[in-house]
Amino acid sequence: MQDLLYFSQQLINGLTIGSAYALIAIGYTMVYGIIGMINFAHGEIYMIGAYTALLAITGLATLGVTWLPLILLIALICAMIVSSSMGWAVERVAYRPVRGRHRLIPLISAIGMSIFLQNYVHLAQGSRNIGFPALIEGGFQFGSSGAFQMSLSYMQITIFITTLICMTLLSLFISRSRTGRACRAVSQDIGMANLLGIDTNRIISATFVIGAALAAVAGLLLGMYYGSIDPLFGFIAGLKAFTAAVLGGIGSIPGAMLGGLILGVSESMTSGYLSGEYKDVVSFGLLILILLFKPTGLLGKPEVEKI
Amino acid sequence: MAANNLKHALFCAVVTLVIAYPILGLNLEAQGINVTLEGADASTVISVLAAAVVVFLFQLFRDNILSVLKSVPSPLPKSQKEPMAENKRARIESWVLTGIVILALFWPFFVSRGAVDLATLVLIYIMLALGLNVVVGLAGLLDLGYVAFYAVGAYTFALLSQYAGVSFWVALPIGACLAALFGFTLGFPVLRLRGDYLAIVTLGFGEIIRILLNNWTSLTGGPNGVGGIPDPTLFGMEFGRRVKEEGNVSFHETFGIAYSGEHKVIFLYLIALVLAVFTALVIRRFMRMPVGRSWEALREDEIAARSLGMSRTAVKLSAFTIGAFFAGFAGTVFASKQGFISPESFVFLESAIILAIVVLGGMGSQIGVVLAAIAVTILPELAREFSEYRMLIFGAAMVLMMIWRPQGLMPVRRIHIELSKQE
Repeated sequence: MQDLLYFSQQLINGLTIGSAYALIAIGYTMVYGIIGMINFAHGEIYMIGAYTALLAITGLATLGVTWLPLILLIALICAMIVSSSMGWAVERVAYRPVRGRHRLIPLISAIGMSIFLQNYVHLAQGSRNIGFPALIEGGFQFGSSGAFQMSLSYMQITIFITTLICMTLLSLFISRSRTGRACRAVSQDIGMANLLGIDTNRIISATFVIGAALAAVAGLLLGMYYGSIDPLFGFIAGLKAFTAAVLGGIGSIPGAMLGGLILGVSESMTSGYLSGEYKDVVSFGLLILILLFKPTGLLGKPEVEKI
Repeated sequence: MAANNLKHALFCAVVTLVIAYPILGLNLEAQGINVTLEGADASTVISVLAAAVVVFLFQLFRDNILSVLKSVPSPLPKSQKEPMAENKRARIESWVLTGIVILALFWPFFVSRGAVDLATLVLIYIMLALGLNVVVGLAGLLDLGYVAFYAVGAYTFALLSQYAGVSFWVALPIGACLAALFGFTLGFPVLRLRGDYLAIVTLGFGEIIRILLNNWTSLTGGPNGVGGIPDPTLFGMEFGRRVKEEGNVSFHETFGIAYSGEHKVIFLYLIALVLAVFTALVIRRFMRMPVGRSWEALREDEIAARSLGMSRTAVKLSAFTIGAFFAGFAGTVFASKQGFISPESFVFLESAIILAIVVLGGMGSQIGVVLAAIAVTILPELAREFSEYRMLIFGAAMVLMMIWRPQGLMPVRRIHIELSKQE
């Protein structure tokens, strides 16, 4: 009984982290699906989202706002605005001029951007990690057996629900709205879409903005969940989310969700049963194995190389 | 058009404000558990506003500014001259290089100890960058986990000396070969992958090696690292004040000169210099051999190269292994220079710095890479007050290089014939 409870607890923890990874992974997968580049700076956008949320929360606390939903809503909106602007600016400055060149050139440019943003926040806000207030406390306790008690905190529930809402909105947006339809058209054939009068530059900017906004949501959620942030914490999270995107099949939005959940669960199982230190090894190992044996991922389409 | 420009310019200015003001203008101050918010000083706020105004004006008069800029002759003009004949160019290059090496041989005897120490570091970076240049510059494989091979070299020496008492000269080839073996083993499965996937896999591999070094405490000492790595000896002569190992003699007693700590530093510098020259020469030879030509052929057009009968795996694997070999070389020298190593020295940022050196120097160009290594290591030391901006500038420089001169500051130039456009 205790084993089962322990297992379910790890499952819950894994799904929590995994759904946040899925939010970040959307940004990678949409950008890759449209212009075929790895947006290496995406993890930094997520980190900037978390910092902005913390700035907003602290600012509101100074002003004396205490009503929790209002604080969260304002923090969320601020984070989304700043991150989206950052995503837009990064695409404009670093990626658009090198679009269409040899594959490695945009990637190196993205790495440069990632280093730049990390140090930008590092210089502005210092390199120490800063405590993120746990605004949502408490939770359900159930199924205790022996010394072990299984719990589901309100924070975890918030993460699930927020992710669910974001994903639903995103799917509706992609499938119903005009811009969403244009996004799908551009990802199928950018040249043809251009011929048919779609402003492809605008659509590409829009993908960066959407991805960045979702990363900002993840930044706020994971910042609260972990309880502290620092300028480097976007890098590893970005790699994990990229792994999730590849796992599910890069370019596919449902794939990113699935990949995020699988990655989160396998990570929490590793830290639950083996050792917390090796969870990164497991996710990178998973990434390498997937790329070697099934580079198209679980739900991805095979890429045909045209000559 | 003008109204459109105005709207766009306003939008850009607002975005500049939004991305700069919250992060730069507000500071999070941690006091115990509590975090408070403080506004930055006025000068930061003013510069953020000024940046927004500059962006606004630039976007507003973008067309005019760009047309003016185009009419200004570029500082790095495309030379109209015929490229020099390759053998002539090579002759000049080899004379210049010989001169530089001779100068470098005598230089340490006239400068301070700190300068020699820094120069040793520069030479280590030159070795690393030359090695990575084979992988990224010549073969066109983006390796983001290059530092893993560097770590393998360094840890091989450190652990061998700790557990088996092996000396520097024995560990040097072992470390390099082991790193090459790692490169070979990693390369074998992953080289089928396309460019950007390869980059991510190597990055993951680099992280895995670092995490293993960090957590395998019983062997590597974990985050505490390995210390007490011996200095290299010169034919059994030690450079310490007292001889540590049985049967060795000390350098200063043999030659009957006064002991000085500088001897050791200069000796290490000379070793690094010899190894760096060795690296450069070997890679230079490789570049002219069929294997070197096929690296470049594969980089330029993989499909054409394969259709001419090249084995993709063999060519890529050779580049990967040779690159890893020299990283192992550099790692061994690094371990003996520091005397202490820990996983801290082998983070992703280190890979990024080496990559930045290769990119800045011009992919595939040896002289360019050497100059870039010198610049990247020495400039932050010269401008101490800017040293905290070092990585910020690196990142920006990488982006700007990719936009304006992706071929690097000193690209390789080959004789080539182009069909004239009129035909």
